[in-house]
Amino acid sequence: MARRVGMEVSIAAAETVALLDVDVVAAYPITPQTHIVEHLSELVADGQLDAEFVPVESEHSAMSVCVGAAAAGARTFTSTSSQGYALMVEICYIASSLRLPIVMALANRSMSAPISIWNDHADMMLARDTGWIQTVAENGQEVVDLIMHAYRVAEDHRVLLPVIVNLDGFILTHMIEPIQLPTKEEVQAYVPPYKPLLRLDPDNPVTIGPVGVPEVYTEAKKAQDEAIKNAKPVILEAWDEFEKIFGRKYKPIETYKAEDAEIILVTVGSISETAMRAVDRMRAHGKRVGLARIRLFRPFPVEEFVDAVRGAKLIGVVERALGFNGYTGPLCAELKSVLFDNGLNPYVWNFIAGLGGRDVTVEDFEEMAECLEVKANKNEPMGYEIVNARE
Amino acid sequence: MGAAAEALKDFKGFSMKNLPREEPLSPGHRACQGCAEILSLRLALKAIGKNVIVASATGCMEIVTTPYPQTAWRVPWIHVAFENAAAVISGVEAAYKAMTRKGKMEKKDVVFVAYGGDGGTADIGLQALSGALERGHNFVYLCLDNEAYMNTGIQRSSATPYGAMTTTSPPGKKSIGQATWKKNVPAIAAAHDIPYVATASPAYPIDLMNKAKKASLVPGPAYVHIFCACPTGWRHDSSIAIEVARMAVATNVFPLYEVIDGQWKLSRKNPKPKPVKEYLKLQRRFRHLTDAEIAKIQQRVNKEWKTLLARCGELEELEKFGEIEQNL
Repeated sequence: MARRVGMEVSIAAAETVALLDVDVVAAYPITPQTHIVEHLSELVADGQLDAEFVPVESEHSAMSVCVGAAAAGARTFTSTSSQGYALMVEICYIASSLRLPIVMALANRSMSAPISIWNDHADMMLARDTGWIQTVAENGQEVVDLIMHAYRVAEDHRVLLPVIVNLDGFILTHMIEPIQLPTKEEVQAYVPPYKPLLRLDPDNPVTIGPVGVPEVYTEAKKAQDEAIKNAKPVILEAWDEFEKIFGRKYKPIETYKAEDAEIILVTVGSISETAMRAVDRMRAHGKRVGLARIRLFRPFPVEEFVDAVRGAKLIGVVERALGFNGYTGPLCAELKSVLFDNGLNPYVWNFIAGLGGRDVTVEDFEEMAECLEVKANKNEPMGYEIVNARE
Repeated sequence: MGAAAEALKDFKGFSMKNLPREEPLSPGHRACQGCAEILSLRLALKAIGKNVIVASATGCMEIVTTPYPQTAWRVPWIHVAFENAAAVISGVEAAYKAMTRKGKMEKKDVVFVAYGGDGGTADIGLQALSGALERGHNFVYLCLDNEAYMNTGIQRSSATPYGAMTTTSPPGKKSIGQATWKKNVPAIAAAHDIPYVATASPAYPIDLMNKAKKASLVPGPAYVHIFCACPTGWRHDSSIAIEVARMAVATNVFPLYEVIDGQWKLSRKNPKPKPVKEYLKLQRRFRHLTDAEIAKIQQRVNKEWKTLLARCGELEELEKFGEIEQNL
């Protein structure tokens, strides 16, 4: 039986990784990811986790060590944030292209400058096009669950792709929450031992990472593109299986009171729980508001998103990152494209909120919903704004 | 006896009579004519044997051996990026360590080898290399030094020698070519206090193979810096690469030595060093140098040779060299 514990989310994440019996952990310290890898190194030091903890000299080497270890057939884990992610991103592209099932916890943090250790989703957006599967947790339990899910999906021979589990820095990483921590038996029942398809072995030599000349590069990329598209049914199947074992249900787009909503706010990560409170309050005043929360970011669950927002006249996309393209945030641009492709034409306004650790409150969400209505009524051209920014 | 010396005490060395027949790196690759880099890599791998996993930095050796769907590699090989071969091999080694300990894999006597050019070692890969050496992974690092970024078209690196013409250190009215002195990476490796460091040259193939083998036998990190003449980049005839490499040793431009358990040891004494001019004049990359510049290089080579002799405890040699130094 799972153990119900009060535990810091980072500690719970590390405990989960240990339950998964990883072989190699490579990490470099960066706030707010530190507690995860500190606890993993403690578990290794105490002999509770039999793994090589490689205390690398940079995040670039953290990912490089994971790539080497995964290519040798090991189950690997790393964790980083923000600038650390930016430093390793070169190798992240290669990890997905080499089809290595590495799992990373990305403790989301803003990008410098100005330097800020606090939470937003700039790093998640940086990971957007790297070919990794990405899921997003809203609370500590989901971090635990999504890490298990990540290994199950990544190592599935129909997938063989790396996975990022996003968790908000500080707001989740440093919070003590009630968590159902699974037993080793439950974890092993859900995530079978990793059996690599190919690995570096002198008895069966393979060449990994050769040159892709123009005659083959396109086909190599096409195969990778197919891989991430084909990952989606496996991701869903793994969540179904998860529900059978653990009783908790996950969907690529989670909704909250969205079925009859005229106004839908789209959220990502831990602010979703605040947004649910706001929805309850607005509903109490008779406003038909609902939420669509992005659980699976890569591959993007187009059908599920379209189904979730189909009935809405007004959509407010609340995102914690800027696109610096002069017209919209990165997530909103993508969602508008999905809406357009599917013949939906709601009024969409993009709220950039919660940058660099700025709180997004229940009142903020209420104001956003109201602002959305006003703009739509005035038929203002669609666009974006940075919420609560002083002049 | 130190750990490295202990591990090497039974190693008898190769000779022309007992060369390994195996070729982990097969013929049919696409290197330039007269490339001493591919030759050095081949010799090193012959010495190490086929129970090996190789991590490659980006560079000539990666490009010429693996244009998909072809590969010249008969042993497991991985290329990830330019600057991280040492980190990648750290991961492979850590995986083997963990998985054999945990019974997920049967124990095998595998040698873990990473290699990079001078750019991938002295410049962009120096941090990853230092990290891997410091952490003590059991691996061999081969620096295949051809003294510039040859793969991208002969741009200067920090290992390019003073005065050399490259495409980014061109001689001109206000430039003598490369304006800085070659970075001493073997000394940097040795400063990590690792069990084994050596310099080697394809002009001395048995010595090169012995050093590669020793590097694979010692416990912990080992670093071998190999001087790889490059006809294309150094602007000399492809038939004289070995001659150029031999002349580098004869002039003390590239001396051969080992550092075993921190003890420096000269591989070849050089009682009658040739003037550096003999080496420089073989290559068009140095042809713009004036006698004054050549004298400056000679002085520097003399100084470094004396430092090396002192480090190796060759006090008699040092004294003798002091007597003839002025004649060079």
